[in-house]
Amino acid sequence: MDLYEHQGKELFARYDIPVPRGIVATTAEDAARATEELGGRSVVKIQVQVGGRGKGGGVALVDSPQRAAEEAERMLRDGFKGMPVTRVLCEELLPIAREFYTSLLLDRSTGRYLALMTAEGGVDIEELARTRPEAIRRVQVDPSIGMRPFHVRELVAALPSESRQGAADIIGKAYRMLLEVDATLVEINPLVQLEDGRVVALDSKVTIDDSALFRHPDIESLRSAFPIDPVEARAKEKGLQYVKLDGDVGIIGNGAGLVMSTLDVVAQAGGRAANFLDVGGGASADQMATSLEVVLSDPAVSSVLINIFGGITRGDLVARGVLEALERVQPKVPIVVRLDGTNAAEGRKILAEAQHPNIVSAATMIEAAQLAAALASGVAA
Amino acid sequence: MSVLVGRDTRLLVQGITGNEGTFHTRRNRDFGTNVVAGVTPGKGGQDVDGIPVFETVADAVRETKANTSMIFVPPRFAADAILEAVDAGIGVVVAITEGIPVREMAEVRAYLDGRSSVLVGPNCPGVISPGEANVGIIPGEVCTPGRVGLVSRSGTLVYQIVHELTRRHLGQSTCIGIGGDPVHGIGFIDALAMFSDDPDTEIVVMVGEIGGDDEERAAAFISERVGKPVVGYIAGFTAPPGKRMGHAGAIVTGSSGTAQAKAEALEAAGVKVARTPTEVAELVQVALS
Repeated sequence: MDLYEHQGKELFARYDIPVPRGIVATTAEDAARATEELGGRSVVKIQVQVGGRGKGGGVALVDSPQRAAEEAERMLRDGFKGMPVTRVLCEELLPIAREFYTSLLLDRSTGRYLALMTAEGGVDIEELARTRPEAIRRVQVDPSIGMRPFHVRELVAALPSESRQGAADIIGKAYRMLLEVDATLVEINPLVQLEDGRVVALDSKVTIDDSALFRHPDIESLRSAFPIDPVEARAKEKGLQYVKLDGDVGIIGNGAGLVMSTLDVVAQAGGRAANFLDVGGGASADQMATSLEVVLSDPAVSSVLINIFGGITRGDLVARGVLEALERVQPKVPIVVRLDGTNAAEGRKILAEAQHPNIVSAATMIEAAQLAAALASGVAA
Repeated sequence: MSVLVGRDTRLLVQGITGNEGTFHTRRNRDFGTNVVAGVTPGKGGQDVDGIPVFETVADAVRETKANTSMIFVPPRFAADAILEAVDAGIGVVVAITEGIPVREMAEVRAYLDGRSSVLVGPNCPGVISPGEANVGIIPGEVCTPGRVGLVSRSGTLVYQIVHELTRRHLGQSTCIGIGGDPVHGIGFIDALAMFSDDPDTEIVVMVGEIGGDDEERAAAFISERVGKPVVGYIAGFTAPPGKRMGHAGAIVTGSSGTAQAKAEALEAAGVKVARTPTEVAELVQVALS
């Protein structure tokens, strides 16, 4: 789960990592009042779960409450990269002497934590990693010994000597936070040194491991702040993985790999997938019915492809679920069904006996994809 | 012959008394797997269809000489179960459980360093050597014994591709699902090395998906070290960047981790990369003819 900047900074504050004074605003008037309170000037920042705000008009320096209101109004009205924006963060302006970058993250390739530090902050770190990798210090942290003083010394040696103490202090606290809140990423870009010498986290990017949220109900509850598509929310409630895409062939399958593969095969057949939907293992009739409802709630869908290879998932239950769903939703579009694996023969028999006018059976995955793509484009298959 | 699991496997099931644990223990035993013990804390002394249940893995190993463990323990206790199995000297640990916190898996990985135990998973479908042993949830009936080794991140793609192979009478030596979690046990490289050394594996099928750089690193390993033909498949060519596609593993970020980049890396290493699961079987057939 990716946190908003202000949510990440609230965690920073809990761990005594210095952050600028900031106030969250959900309206233009609130942004003006916040800026007033911050001394009449502020930086207004869009709160979204993606990067690239600086270049994309998501950050504005303002010198009056009036200007803060104007910027906030624009941000809240226009959204960001196609996503709705419900809040901005107004922060005090600080006199910055230097900008650095630091991050702690889980390195998938080693299964260890990786700490990065560079004196060249405020930039596009991926660009820097490509062009001048030697400018970034990397330290691997073995989780069995944790972040040790020698790791920290190695990292902060990348910085001017007068910045090291403050940065070292922040690194230590950030590592503790990473472990305690089960984060897989804590990024501070930029990490700044002020003219008075203090080192402060000017931005935050924090990702929490979804699998660990069960032990952090306070962090889990932050999710309510994120705009979520109502259809995606409904799917999530039932334990389904649903991602809306922009084609017209609705896709339901079991297992992320098989569903992604189905998306690819549909594209090769000349179709465009309307969504990704993984019913998961052991899909029940009710889950299948909900899946169909979720997929059909997208008005762009003109055909549906159900591709199930049963391991834990049983074909007979899938077939019953499809029929149950058809009772519930009365679809107007054709539904291509391909069943294989555990109890597939029973499932195919149930569907054949039902003789439902909307159901089209397919013997193989490729045949199913071709049928679904052709039916979506209105070509008689 | 086979890798990881086979006729010598003496299987212990951690979490044997849970619904899924019992169900798959029965299926694995019916397949011919030698299931010797189960472990469920608090239920030592009971049995499941005659399979004795122990309090601890150490007890089970002492009494039954179990050498392989399959884990169906719920996510919040599963990392402890893996560590317990490794600590008791189990040689092959197959963790089926989905949703283990990554921080605990990082600790497990660190503990495995320098030890001889091999971890498969978590969040994986397990390992099957057709005709010999099935340790996990891969439906045994779609497999047939033969000389194709298969390794995959995705579970259901194992089923789909094995099904395509079996339809063309291309049997399998061993099929390994390594799982889609960010921190896991053996990866493509370990599996490729095992298949490379297995005299009865003639060709290897490697099934990847978007996210991370495991496939790219495997490609480098193949060109250096694998003398046998390898057929590849990558799922997720049409996945939009930045969207999480179900697995923790399946997310494209930035320019790296795309299906295109992975396919290109594999092709550069001499791997034939199929564009559909059906084409995987066709390419294997061509390579073996």
